[in-house]
Parts: sequence; structure tokens; C-alpha cells
Amino acid sequence: MDPASRPLVRLIGASRDFDVSRPWLNRVLEGAPRRLLRAVDDVSFDVRRGETLALVGESGCGKSTVARLIVGLYALSRGRIEFDGLDLAALETDAAALRRRMQMIFQDPYASLNPRWRVRDIVAEPIRVLRLADNDAAEGARVAELLRQVGLAAEDGEKYPHEFSGGQRQRISIARALCGNPEFLVCDEPTSALDVSVQAQILNLMAELQERLGLTYLFISHNLAVVLHIADRVGVMYLGRVVELAEAAQLFATPRHPYTRMLMDAIPDLEMSGKPRTPVAGEVPNPLAPPAGCAFHPRCPHANARCRTERPQLRPVAGGAAACHAVEEGRL
Amino acid sequence: MSAAPLLEVKDLRVEFPTRRGTLVAVDGISFSIAPGEVLGVVGESGAGKSLTGMAIIGLLEPPGRIAAGEIRLEGERIDHLPADRMRRIRGRRIGAIFQDPLTSLNPLYTVGEQLVETILTHLEVGHDEARRRALRLLAEVGIPAPEARIDQYPHQFSGGMRQRVVIALALCAEPRLIVADEPTTALDVSIQAQIITLLKHLAREHGTAVMLITHDMGVIAETADRVAVMYAGRLAELGPVREVLQRPRHPYTVGLMGSIPKLGAVKRHARLVQIDGAMPRLNAIPAGCAFNPRCPQRFARCTAERPEPLQVGDTRTACWLYADGPR
Repeated sequence: MDPASRPLVRLIGASRDFDVSRPWLNRVLEGAPRRLLRAVDDVSFDVRRGETLALVGESGCGKSTVARLIVGLYALSRGRIEFDGLDLAALETDAAALRRRMQMIFQDPYASLNPRWRVRDIVAEPIRVLRLADNDAAEGARVAELLRQVGLAAEDGEKYPHEFSGGQRQRISIARALCGNPEFLVCDEPTSALDVSVQAQILNLMAELQERLGLTYLFISHNLAVVLHIADRVGVMYLGRVVELAEAAQLFATPRHPYTRMLMDAIPDLEMSGKPRTPVAGEVPNPLAPPAGCAFHPRCPHANARCRTERPQLRPVAGGAAACHAVEEGRL
Repeated sequence: MSAAPLLEVKDLRVEFPTRRGTLVAVDGISFSIAPGEVLGVVGESGAGKSLTGMAIIGLLEPPGRIAAGEIRLEGERIDHLPADRMRRIRGRRIGAIFQDPLTSLNPLYTVGEQLVETILTHLEVGHDEARRRALRLLAEVGIPAPEARIDQYPHQFSGGMRQRVVIALALCAEPRLIVADEPTTALDVSIQAQIITLLKHLAREHGTAVMLITHDMGVIAETADRVAVMYAGRLAELGPVREVLQRPRHPYTVGLMGSIPKLGAVKRHARLVQIDGAMPRLNAIPAGCAFNPRCPQRFARCTAERPEPLQVGDTRTACWLYADGPR
């Protein structure tokens, strides 16, 4: 494939199980079986160069696990992940060079910055590890440039993290992530710990940086309104699987999967149009014992016998793809 | 307002004495809530909204203290009551719901035991009647098969169901006022909608006054009758929810509303309105209006004189833009 049109990141049947069995002795004495939690189950999608792909879903749907699989914080159980056409798992030795091209921003800027380091050291650490600067002067200049790029002053480098507000700390995290000139940023709930006015600052900053540096984002969030604002395409996850993937505008205008519709309906109506909100019965089932067939069927108003037994696959529909028998059969 | 207020807060001031001086966390807040009314209190972290709630239910953590002002429940002053009297009011006449349902429930007792104990503490009923009431409450807050679940422990409930149990606990003694501090923040969106609907229904049905503290404008839009916007310990704007959300008058409320990504506006990648800077720390609140360093419409008076809430239409707005006099 032509390298320019090749997707930057490609997941092919990516899966991750977690072993949540009781300890060995209990299993032997009580005859308890091994238990596997399928956090991510057969997930496939592409992230195109320069776009923002968002993953959205409720807690426990596996969206953060996908993020961690891509940057290599978790190993895959099955499937493969390609970065720029290269299989990440096969690159034992070149992994560092490849990892430099992708970075991650975490949710909690209070936990992701070392409180005992000055900001300039926090931002300079990747420069030192990756040997990106020849001498101290070059390193200092680069740190100052990075801080300015995220809307902080070069002098802020002398301070400690506790001297900054949540929003400013998230700017520091972004500056650190930008150190090695990455192409791809994985952002795991980057604004969820922030107040709305500060969230707006960070979302604006991320959009600016994307334009200026040609970044590609994978943006993880539980907030559909934020996701529809920032993303080009949106993947909706439920219980470890992608149930719908579509252009953001398309998803907003015509959500196909019943779960996506439910998420849309659950967004509070700020316009106060009086649109009745349809509370959905039930909660996300226990991922250790997911329902047979379509995992959403116990909560789905359109479920029939087929939904209870046969697991739907992600199939193309106009403007995207959905994993739903009702959509496929034209019932919905 | 026509009905006599159930809760009346007047010029409430909450202070924290520290070694480096006294911090004023809540500074001259006044509002009231009528029976059956839901008053939303919004603001960003550190605006003083939770402390206002804690002052009302008498659970301010020392060294925090009510330094001035009055809190009246059904006409009776409840600030500065002795701890044991306040404890009887809390639970009996004021119910509290907090963000994390796990910390509000005792993991060692079944939900039934916790409900029955609360009912027996506050109401003159026997054990059998208390259990019947507990079952009725669980059914009312939407827990399916309450007979089966009443003897289970909190860990056997999911997050949304736990929050329903906490609401049932708060309702035990049929309180006149419920103070709910971020009751839906720890919950997923689909569960949020269920809890909001429930709270609203309970306020209407029982004539309970609800003070709903949250940072989420969406929750306010769906639940509250009136809304108070707090900034740096002060009241920025207070009025009917539709008025404040759709025609915000205080520049802070205007910025806050603009910074929320909206669904209808699918003009994507458009910049969100942003308020530059951050809320001041309590030890560095600027002179005059606390919002003035971030305000796009600031003029001389804003840096010199602190604005008091002014009546503008149906809302009260603490902003010099709406005062007569020189700009």
C-alpha cells in the first residue's frame, strides 16, 4: 500500500484477556475454574493519518485497555496491532524507535507528574532518555520551546507541579508528550478530571497543536458531547467490543446501533427543548459473565431470538459500520 | 416566591483559619429553597458549593467554621446548634446524599439493617413497621425485587443500585430538605439519567426541597427549578434555570455556558469559548469583583468595588454591568 494513504495505526482482531482467577491454592482446594475477563474482544479499526479517532463508552467497556494495548503498556492476548505498517509485537529491538513516534496523555494530571521534580526536569526526561539534545543548552531551549507551545512560560520550568492548577498540569503532560516530535498521541480521558472552562482550554489547545504539528489523535472519553466536538470519527464500545464506528457528524445525525442511540438520549439537554429523556433500564452486565449473543440484548428494546444467540459482527452501513442484527435486517 | 421558604440562607460566611491567615471559602451567600423546589448550585472545583452544603447540614470539617450569617430551616435557626441537636435534625429533617455511594454505606451491614436502624432512630415505629417501610422505600427508589435484595450487603449492588440505596437512606425519615452533593458524578451517563429522574420525582411527590450541588450544567438543566452559580466563594448569578442557562447575564456564566461542547452545534473543530486563566486561590482573591482578572468586560469599578447581587429581571446578578452609574 502507498505509505501516505496507509493508516497510521491498524488494529486487527486485537484482544486482551485478564486472568481474574482465584489464587492457585483456592482453585486446587475448591475446584474453582480459571476465570478470564475479556476486557477487549476482537477489536479492529484503522486510525488514519491526521485524523482524530475517538473511542467512547461507559466504564468497563475496554476503551482504556485499547489505548494501553496500542502504546504497549499491555501485551496483546490475540490479534495484532500495526503502526505505520509494522507489527508492533514483532519489533523487539526497534520498538524504542517506534515508540518515540507515539505518546500517551493520561487522565489525572495530579498522578502523572512527579511531585518532587521541577517541571523542566519532567519535560526534559524524555529528551534525556531518547538522547534528543546534544548539550544542556540545547535541552533547555527545547524545554522552553515545548512549554511555550502549550501556552506556558519558559520560566514555569523552574516551578514544581503543585504550583500549577489542574489545567496547567495537563499542559505540562502535553508538553512532555510532544518532546520527541511524535506523530500519534493517545489521549486517555485527558479532560475528564478538569472543570468545563478548563476543559475548553485544553480541547482548544489540542486542536491547535493538531493543526500546527499534523498530529494524529486517538481520543478516549466517556463524554459523547466532547467526543462529537473533537473527533473526525467515533467508535462506540460496549463490553469489550466496538458496536458502531462512524463519522462524527454521521453518528450524531443518524446513530444506528441501539446502544449509541441510548448514549445520545442520555446526554443532558442543555438547550432545554423539553425533549423527554428516555432513561434506559438496566446497567452494564458483569463482564465476567457477558450475555450470550449480542452483549447489549438484555437492555435492547429491539432484541429478538437471533440477538440472544448469535453475536453480531461489525458490518458496513451508510457512513460507517455497526454490529447489530436489527440494523442488518433493516428492522431498525 | 409565593410559598414560605423551607430553607433560608442569609449572608453565609465560611472561614478556615490557617497559620498564614484566615481563608474565606464561602463569602456572603444568600438564597432560599421552597418546598418541592430543586435548587441547583453549580460552580467549578473550589467555588465553595460543597462547603455551602456542608455548612447547612452541619458537617463542616474543623477548622472550617461558620463565621457569619444565618441558616434557617422552616424558620428555625440551625447554624451553631449543639452537635447532638444537629445530629437529630440531620437524618430526620435534612437528608444528605454524597458523591460516592460506597463511602455512605457501611460494608458490614446489609442494606436492610442500615435502613431499619435509620428509621428506628428517627421515627416512633416498631421493628416490623420499620422493615415494611424499608421495603417500600427500596421499591420507591426503583430497586427491583426489594424482598430479595433487602438482606444483601452493599458490595452485592452495582454502582447505580448503591446510589439508589443511599437515596432511600436519605429518605428514611421523610426529611423536608435533601442536600445532594454530586449525586450522579460517579455514575455512567445511562445511570445518571435514571437517578436524576428519580430525584426530581421525589421532590415533586413528597414536597421535599432539594439542594442539588453539581459541576454538571447538563444535570442542572434537567433537574433544577432555579440555579445558583458560584465563583470563588461568592454568588455570581441566581435565577430560574431556563433564564440563567439560556440568557446568562454574569460574564462568568456566559463563559461557562460557552465552554460546554454542545451537541446541536456540529460545527466541529470550531473553537470553544474559553475563559482564560483559572479561578483564584482563596489566599489571592482579587479586590473588587473576584472574576475581574478573567473578565472580558471589566471596567474601572470592577477592580475597585465588590458587586452585590442586583435584581435583573427574574435573576440576581453580582455584576457592575447591570448597575446604574459610570462605566
